[in-house]
Amino acid sequence: MITLTRHRLFWPVVVLVVLLLGNLLEKPDFFAIRIQDGHLYGSVIDILRFGAPLMLVALGMTLVIATGGIDLSVGSVVAIAGAVACLHISKQPDQNAIGGVLIAVVMALGAALLFGAFNGIMVSRIGIQPIIATLILMVAGRGIAQLIMDGQIITINSTPYKWIGAGWLFTLPAAVLIALAMIAVTALIMRRSALGLLLESVGGNAEASRLVGIQSRSLVLLVYAICGLCAGLAGLMISSNVSSADGNNAGLLIELDAILAVVIGGTALTGGRFSIGGTVIGALVIQTLSTTVYTLGVPPETTLIFKAVVVTIVCLLQSPAFRRKVFGRWGPRRTPPASGSAPSEPTNVKVPA
Amino acid sequence: MTTITSPTGTRLAKVFNSRQRYVPILATAAVLLLMWIGGSIRYENFADLQVLLNVFKDNAFLLVLAVGMTFVIVSGGIDLSVGSMLALSTMLCAWLITEEGWSPGVVIPLVLVVGAVSGSAMGAIIHFFEVPPFIATLAGMFLARGLCYVISTDSIRISHPFFTETATQMVPLGDYRIDPSVVTSLIVVALAFGVLHYTRFGRNVYAIGGNEQSALLMGLPVAATKVGVYAVSGLCATGAGVLYTFYTGAGYSNTGIGMELDAIAAVVIGGTLLTGGSGFVLGTVLGVLVFGVIQTIIQFQGLLSWWTRIAVGALLLVFIVLQRVIGARKT
Amino acid sequence: MPDPQPILQMKGITKEFPGVTALADVDFRLFPGEVHALMGENGAGKSTLIKVLTGVYQAEAGEAVLAGERVHFSSPLKAQQAGVSTVYQEVNLCPNLSVAENIFIGREPRLFGLINNYPEMRRRARELLARVELDIDVTAPLASYSLAIQQLIAIVRAVDISAKVVILDEPTSSLDTGEVAQLFRVMRRLKEDGVALLFVSHFLEQIYEISDRMTILRNGRLVGEWRTSELSRIELVSRMIGTELSVLEALEEQPKRELAALERQEPFLQAAQVGKTGLVAPFDLAIHRGEVVGLAGLLGSGRTEVARLIFGADRAESGTVTIDGTPLSVKTPRTAIGRNIAFCPENRKTEGLVEDLTVRENIILAMQAARGWLRPVPARRRDELVGKYIEALSIRPANPEALVRNLSGGNQQKVLLARWLITQPKLLILDEPTRGIDVGAKAEIQRLVVSLAEEGMSVLFISAELEEVLRLSHKVGVLRDRRLVAELANDESLTADRIMQTIASGEGGAA
Repeated sequence: MITLTRHRLFWPVVVLVVLLLGNLLEKPDFFAIRIQDGHLYGSVIDILRFGAPLMLVALGMTLVIATGGIDLSVGSVVAIAGAVACLHISKQPDQNAIGGVLIAVVMALGAALLFGAFNGIMVSRIGIQPIIATLILMVAGRGIAQLIMDGQIITINSTPYKWIGAGWLFTLPAAVLIALAMIAVTALIMRRSALGLLLESVGGNAEASRLVGIQSRSLVLLVYAICGLCAGLAGLMISSNVSSADGNNAGLLIELDAILAVVIGGTALTGGRFSIGGTVIGALVIQTLSTTVYTLGVPPETTLIFKAVVVTIVCLLQSPAFRRKVFGRWGPRRTPPASGSAPSEPTNVKVPA
Repeated sequence: MTTITSPTGTRLAKVFNSRQRYVPILATAAVLLLMWIGGSIRYENFADLQVLLNVFKDNAFLLVLAVGMTFVIVSGGIDLSVGSMLALSTMLCAWLITEEGWSPGVVIPLVLVVGAVSGSAMGAIIHFFEVPPFIATLAGMFLARGLCYVISTDSIRISHPFFTETATQMVPLGDYRIDPSVVTSLIVVALAFGVLHYTRFGRNVYAIGGNEQSALLMGLPVAATKVGVYAVSGLCATGAGVLYTFYTGAGYSNTGIGMELDAIAAVVIGGTLLTGGSGFVLGTVLGVLVFGVIQTIIQFQGLLSWWTRIAVGALLLVFIVLQRVIGARKT
Repeated sequence: MPDPQPILQMKGITKEFPGVTALADVDFRLFPGEVHALMGENGAGKSTLIKVLTGVYQAEAGEAVLAGERVHFSSPLKAQQAGVSTVYQEVNLCPNLSVAENIFIGREPRLFGLINNYPEMRRRARELLARVELDIDVTAPLASYSLAIQQLIAIVRAVDISAKVVILDEPTSSLDTGEVAQLFRVMRRLKEDGVALLFVSHFLEQIYEISDRMTILRNGRLVGEWRTSELSRIELVSRMIGTELSVLEALEEQPKRELAALERQEPFLQAAQVGKTGLVAPFDLAIHRGEVVGLAGLLGSGRTEVARLIFGADRAESGTVTIDGTPLSVKTPRTAIGRNIAFCPENRKTEGLVEDLTVRENIILAMQAARGWLRPVPARRRDELVGKYIEALSIRPANPEALVRNLSGGNQQKVLLARWLITQPKLLILDEPTRGIDVGAKAEIQRLVVSLAEEGMSVLFISAELEEVLRLSHKVGVLRDRRLVAELANDESLTADRIMQTIASGEGGAA
């Protein structure tokens, strides 16, 4: 079992280390961290800082995927949260008033939570496939963000708000600390309460979960709401970092990066077992990839090609059919069927030709 | 024992069901008609045929894209790569013609082949390695977009006479003039209709969408059909890209971001079930028209373009819930 | 009786799966113009044989001769082309396509590659359907017709493709009496046309009504082939079930408490006229404290369905369940669990275990589900409980961190048992708990059932093995053709023979 856990995070970590070392070869002072004005600076810190929103979005996505779902609307929620917060702050007489900023943050997170819950209701109550249910908000969400801002890009000048995305605390970027805190709290809740176990059970075997009395509906609803909340927090960071809200481009394609991070982190898209640690590593791999492309001096846009290659390899390696066909008998360690179980399959299970 | 189906019950279910197949498409037609009538009453010139022709012209590429998507969705899959494939197609056209000096007569077929081949590759990964369509085409989306950027991050204009002239050619129709891209897109629709309804491939697409297991047990060529469906989608995406190149006269890497969503939305609004097995190309035409008319109304109203997204999202919501309600009643 | 030459002859078919032989040297033959019933209980090898015959599985040894030629089918398509078609209980047609298309898809008339003649297709479809006495709108989607009609359509397709051998795999499971009659008329007509029909059904009456000949399999081996008219029901049942000289002997006869003493109290659970159309006819059943109630019957007789209705896994259409004197409306498993009922389903992998999770997580799941996610079982208590049950049930490997996926069948079953025992249920429903597990584990589970009952737990015990049911139960409910036909007290007079007779005849006391 211990070897298995190690196995699960082994490859993502290897990829991350290889990427980091690659950077080191190209740029010898890659790991150098210097202190300036009591703040830490350096490439590694930058990776953490720019990767913070993705880590948050991927965190929520991990939980959704664990239940066997998916949330395509997180990019839109990112935009909406930024829009709500910036709009409220822009209306304040004093944009630097902490009270106003706090209310703006609460409003933005509340909105994100509501949109997440909307997805959750569509999936758990109305019974629409997750990919379709969240597609609606993915399409409409950016329009809603623009509606909130009346089609403008709102620029604000608020020091307290700026802190969320670009501030510092204990020599570290605040965004990193916020993301880590959120991750730690979530991980703690998952493992200290029984939420993690029940989610994995629902995602791993929905029928068995029903027969054991798990109320999966409310769990699923909760998880989509959490996912919305995470996306909202990421949206605050992104808009705070640039002191503006851009309904069109904030968090564009972040849903895909997030799904990618989850998959790289070893959580299967079919649901069940999830690994928050893996997701964090996955998000870091993606962020490091972008940084690496910069370091290497390749046009930054080619990151997408790397991503395509990584997605393909990871998904193929996760696909039992691929392992079966390519590695044959020697590939994956299949459990030998329990004695007598093969022929005794009930006759009403239909030909799996 | 209670009888499961009395004769009358069967007949009722039958009427209900055969009508039910057309409920989504009729709903779309009704929505379209209402919007059209509403627009005509409210705005001057809205009823002019040229407005409709413009809707077609501005959405010819979307129509072609959505036709390809219809094949995929009817088969029970999804293709997220079409927006990027469209962009790649415009980039390949612009780059090969303008910078490499190739002839459009070579480039256009080549681009279409690229589309079909990459579509097949995704289809093969989906079918043979059982990777979810969502993920396989997501990788395709990244790859195509990345390749665009490799070609160039700047917009490339096409000054080849073939492009500039064809783009200004108009097919006269009475007092009106029709853009050649509209004609092309309608030909694509007609071809797709023919393929879906009058070839075995087309019927197999429906069969697989209805029940892939059954299709396999009935001895249908499931693998070839599934790969073929994604090839068609890739072909349509690059074809739409060629049309788009004519439309804008340039290739640009950032073209068509999010366009896969528009295509999916048009298909769903056009009455195709996202679960597969049911839908019509002509419904997709209606879906694209709804999309275009919403845009037009928003223009006439002087609203900003993002209202389109909200309106389309709201329509999607209504149609998906409608599909769900119908589906729930079926079981 | 048609005889001389069989259309299909299979010899020495052997099929192995990792660790188990599903078919061992089985012979099978099928004559044109006959209905041949393939009989056997769970694990007998029926479905494996059918899958070998239709090309879904490849046999390791043996040969098949179809119409005088040696054949080897590598896929269902190849089998179909050679003239062997299958119609499944869950119809394998496309619900969204029209009736006519379902009959002709893949074989549509074409001109220059285009399907040119839909009217002709429809006409032919109507013609073919008329032969099975169906007059329906062939342009309507398949889904708009009842399952019975869909099955007839599937048969029409099968026969039109390859009129040699048609396999009907449990076609009658979800049909009502009238529909079965219609299906049988069609089968008789096909018989007259010289088609060979292989028929699988769990309904004994149907077998005797329609089949001419039967082949019985047990535990992957051929028991024999008989003409239906020459084999009595009781002989059939005993040959299907067999008498297993197993570890049961290891379990010394437990002194059973008097049934009368048990039944003197108020029953813990009383089901009155609980039923659901298509699953099981309304039944009455009382289970007392400390009582083990066995359910016997052939596969598909409704054993599992009784358990599922009581537990709320399927929602009953009629009847009431009373627990400890208070009526309860069992809508979901959660309601039943709330009243201390536990259910170990027959299909461990799909309905019981979460294979990706560890032993510990699987064991704690039911208790945790009852508490909700906000009140986790404290780690120390959890580990204590899990450790206790791993030891008590001797789950191997005795590692709570092991993935359930990697456990043997017997140990997986014990994990399921532990999951529910932790919740201290008052009624434990066990559906085939000893199926497909090794002998040692089997004996352990049987011993456990006895001791649980002695501690006052009620047990509803379902098993295909009569010996096992007899040994453990205080009384035995017998099911036959989706009906609870008898409730037999397990006194000295009750024997496997008597249960078999009840299954065969459908009458309680008949000896």
